[in-house]
Amino acid sequence: MNYLAAATVDVPFTLPIVDYNAIAPLLIILVAGVVSVLVEALLPRGSRRFIQLFIVFGALIAALAWVFTITGVRVVTAEGAIAIDGPALLMQGAILVLALLGALLMAERSLDPSGDVFAARASSLPGSEDEKQFTARGYLQTEVWPLFLFAVSGMILFVSANDLLLMFVALEVMSLPLYLLAGMARRRRLLSQEAALKYFLLGAFSSAFFIYGVALVYGFAASTQLPVIASVLTAKSGQTSLALIGMALILVGLLFKVAAVPFHQWTPDVYQGAPTAVTGFMAATVKIAAFGALMRVLYVAFGGMRWDWVPMMWIIAILTMLVGSIIAISQSDIKRMLAYSSIAQAGFILVGVIAASPAGLAGAMFYLISYGFTTIGAFAIISLVRDESGEATNLSKWAGLGRRSPLVGSVFALFMLGLAGIPLTSGFIGKFSVFAAAIASGDTWLVIVGVLASAIAAFFYVRVIVVMFFTEPGPQTASVVVPSAFTTIALAAGATVTLVLGILPQPILELVSNAGLFIR
Amino acid sequence: MNPANYIILSAILFSLGAIGVLVRRNAIIVFMSVELMLNAANLAFVAFARMNGNLDGQVAAFFVMVVAAAEVVVGLAIIVTIFRSRRSASIDEPNLLKY
Repeated sequence: MNYLAAATVDVPFTLPIVDYNAIAPLLIILVAGVVSVLVEALLPRGSRRFIQLFIVFGALIAALAWVFTITGVRVVTAEGAIAIDGPALLMQGAILVLALLGALLMAERSLDPSGDVFAARASSLPGSEDEKQFTARGYLQTEVWPLFLFAVSGMILFVSANDLLLMFVALEVMSLPLYLLAGMARRRRLLSQEAALKYFLLGAFSSAFFIYGVALVYGFAASTQLPVIASVLTAKSGQTSLALIGMALILVGLLFKVAAVPFHQWTPDVYQGAPTAVTGFMAATVKIAAFGALMRVLYVAFGGMRWDWVPMMWIIAILTMLVGSIIAISQSDIKRMLAYSSIAQAGFILVGVIAASPAGLAGAMFYLISYGFTTIGAFAIISLVRDESGEATNLSKWAGLGRRSPLVGSVFALFMLGLAGIPLTSGFIGKFSVFAAAIASGDTWLVIVGVLASAIAAFFYVRVIVVMFFTEPGPQTASVVVPSAFTTIALAAGATVTLVLGILPQPILELVSNAGLFIR
Repeated sequence: MNPANYIILSAILFSLGAIGVLVRRNAIIVFMSVELMLNAANLAFVAFARMNGNLDGQVAAFFVMVVAAAEVVVGLAIIVTIFRSRRSASIDEPNLLKY
């Protein structure tokens, strides 16, 4: 009863201490998101696009510049709810750079003859008279930009949340706009809406598991802050069954976002159905955000229960690598194939997470960065390959594409080799660093399975190259649309990073290992 | 009354919600089952707050309520859109994306 009585006693109110300097990147993106909503509500339609793009790119660049000025900051702020440390800043920076590339893809307007890649009005019925009229009048929507900014702000918060409750809020701020963005494609709208429905229902299901896990952990530790949970775990080490169940439920929620195997079913559907620009953005950034949160929860809060979660994660990592690689072989749709590839890649990154060492953390972060650039580049190319019905994602339409358009073909081949982990691309260095860290931690068998899965995965990556270069172009081979500067810049950045990180990985490797560990 | 009973009740509600998501075929009912799971978490938070003797759990319940409300906005928008284009809210019918 004493806590009820306490409300009537005059408790002196102390202001919470917030280090605004350290959380400024988050605040910049959030404020930009709010302003962006106001722009949608108040300004005439014609002037919105320019202003929205100005806000989006301005905010992303400003936040990125701020992250660069506070690289030395290591602080737990906002009453212990937010931890700004080396890994958090590094992953925030990576998310912001990849979000810039994603914004470039989403801003592209010269690919689809009827305007941009998003539905003229997401609310109009597919195939209806309304939709035809909107298209005929050339309506283009800019509502994607507030959603985009809120998703980015959720990701930035997700990697630095030091409190499970805040992590849940960040998870939803990140996910809810993405559910909507997935359903906004201009072409093949039924597919896109179906993807949004599946993503939403499964995503809400998994976040319910997450929050119930948080409730159980709160019951165990009387706090939702990660460092407090860790210290209570050592104090009550004999009676951790409640914490164990809670941790398992929290991991369900996080592994869903990561797309690890028992929780991967949404990935192929959403990657295929969502507009390609959104898929590229989401594939690259959500992976980083979710792995950032996963590692922080496992290392900071449940580091003391390592012997409980390592066997569980072993099974999940092995399943993820094998199922992702094997099912990708039988895919005939290129977006769907890349979705299964992203599942397999999640398995490889999990190998670094399981190593639970500074080298494993650094390797996983390097892998995430290199994977992000390669993936966003690959989806940028997919958005260029079109026929009269829109994007030509069926692999049969890619036959002989490399002979007709050697430049696009060879850049896509570079991305495929990068994802396969061939030497002289960033994927090789990424795989090498996570596998080396896992062997140093004694997980040799896991690495053997990983190498085996990489070999299986190499098959379907190389098959795309064979289809593009060693097949005669047929009548149904799609053509490559010449993009505007937006997609060209994103594509060039993705290709450059994939190549440079493979040849000269040292600066980024130093960056990830100097980032240090999560603070408590 | 022993607050532990409320934890058991919340576990039962959570399981009912999870079963509902898995067996029901109407998107709205599936969504309601998810909300039941979130509210089971709320009940657990409040009961644990009572058992632990601090207020964090009660505050958490407020946060979960706000998040659930935001989820309703987005979720109903998506479900209504798909109902209008398909004339059905069954989650078995949207089956274009497979293999």
